Amino acid sequence: MSTNFDERDSAYGFEREYERAGMPGRAPRRMQRRKICRFCIDKVDYIDFKDVKLLQSYTPERGKILPRRISGVCAIHQRMLAEAIKRARNIAFLPYAAD
Amino acid sequence: MAEKRTYEVVFIINPDAEDAEVMRLTEAVQKIITDQGGSITKTEMMGKRQLAYEINHKRDGIYVLLEVDGSGAEIAELERRMRVNDRILRYMTVRVDEDRRRADKLKNRRARKAERRPTAGKPKAQAVEGDEAEAEAAA
Repeated sequence: MSTNFDERDSAYGFEREYERAGMPGRAPRRMQRRKICRFCIDKVDYIDFKDVKLLQSYTPERGKILPRRISGVCAIHQRMLAEAIKRARNIAFLPYAAD
Repeated sequence: MAEKRTYEVVFIINPDAEDAEVMRLTEAVQKIITDQGGSITKTEMMGKRQLAYEINHKRDGIYVLLEVDGSGAEIAELERRMRVNDRILRYMTVRVDEDRRRADKLKNRRARKAERRPTAGKPKAQAVEGDEAEAEAAA
């Protein structure tokens, strides 16, 4: 199960932060880990559609919006991020679809 | 209707346009806004950059960003003019005052939270912040 998730992560080349990574003495059932919203850590209040570099890191090759189950972004920030990406697409900062 | 709104207007000019023409177009746009009673708070020439996809068979374009204060009437007029101008490949207007108000609100809320809990400043404070947001979402 957990290996499945690992493969998916690496496919997106996305780094995650684990709260208790490498905690010793844990039962070897499911790895307990916590994805943490990067925007919450950085205390971001508004995601600007002109910040192409940032937005690109959340749109993998195909140009789709990275789901938060993979990036670990919280619901509030995912909403802001999606809005910003859609605006950026409108003025050709980001592609609607890339091949 | 008398309320003041803030907009961000981005438009893309045909990459074949000379510098002088870009200036002329930008000034024309600014004039439309001031004529309609709006005011320009910021003008940023973002320069030529590659488009993420082709627009009118062009691969790049000259980006100009304006920040406008006004009632909304000048935006309607501006968009009407830009729609018929074939040197302008694309334009987009975003109303930002509401988003900024929301950002301020979030900031204030965070400040209050930090005040209430004077333990902030410990090395683990950052991780706690992230946890809290998720716990709220789960609740």
